[in-house]
Amino acid sequence: MKRWIGMLLGVLALSFSAATFAAADIEINTPGVTALKQSLRARFQDLRPYMDSGAVGLTADGLLTVRDASSVPLAARQALNGLIAAQNGDRNALYKEIARANGHPEWEGEIRSIFAQRWIQRARPGWWVQSGGGWVQK
Amino acid sequence: MNKTWLVLPLAGALLSACVTINIYFPAAAAEKAADKIIDEVWQSQQGAAKPGDKPAADAQKEETK
Repeated sequence: MKRWIGMLLGVLALSFSAATFAAADIEINTPGVTALKQSLRARFQDLRPYMDSGAVGLTADGLLTVRDASSVPLAARQALNGLIAAQNGDRNALYKEIARANGHPEWEGEIRSIFAQRWIQRARPGWWVQSGGGWVQK
Repeated sequence: MNKTWLVLPLAGALLSACVTINIYFPAAAAEKAADKIIDEVWQSQQGAAKPGDKPAADAQKEETK
């Protein structure tokens, strides 16, 4: 009986140390994440005026969307839609890549929801964010 | 011998519980990672273009003190 208890304790200790190790960090230093970060940052410079003006808002699912198309000149709307589609493509790829890089592709949804909260939390004053089904200005 | 049959399923249950813990999503670490990435993506253009700006500004602040 003593031997069994000792073995059980050993298994427990091992599992817990493995759990702590696995939960210690989220790996984001991969070539894929770095490339996506740079691409997102470069495109943000073009998107920023539209975020400042309220034409573009941050969605509750960690993406961007046109919130007020009427404030964008007709000629610029198509380009803006393209920018947003590309930025959302990179954001989706980022969530997927972080999950993959950490060996848990199934974490993509959780990573997306964490990012969605943090993008909204850290949005600059004046930007519009989706909250509780409606738009709120920060 | 009786005890072996009691302990084996127990050990199995404990092991599976530990596996569950092991793949639990580390939300706090993910939040930190997200903040780091968001900082880099949303940093202002000046900050990205001229990384030497900040120390200069700090020095100026000290001069005015």
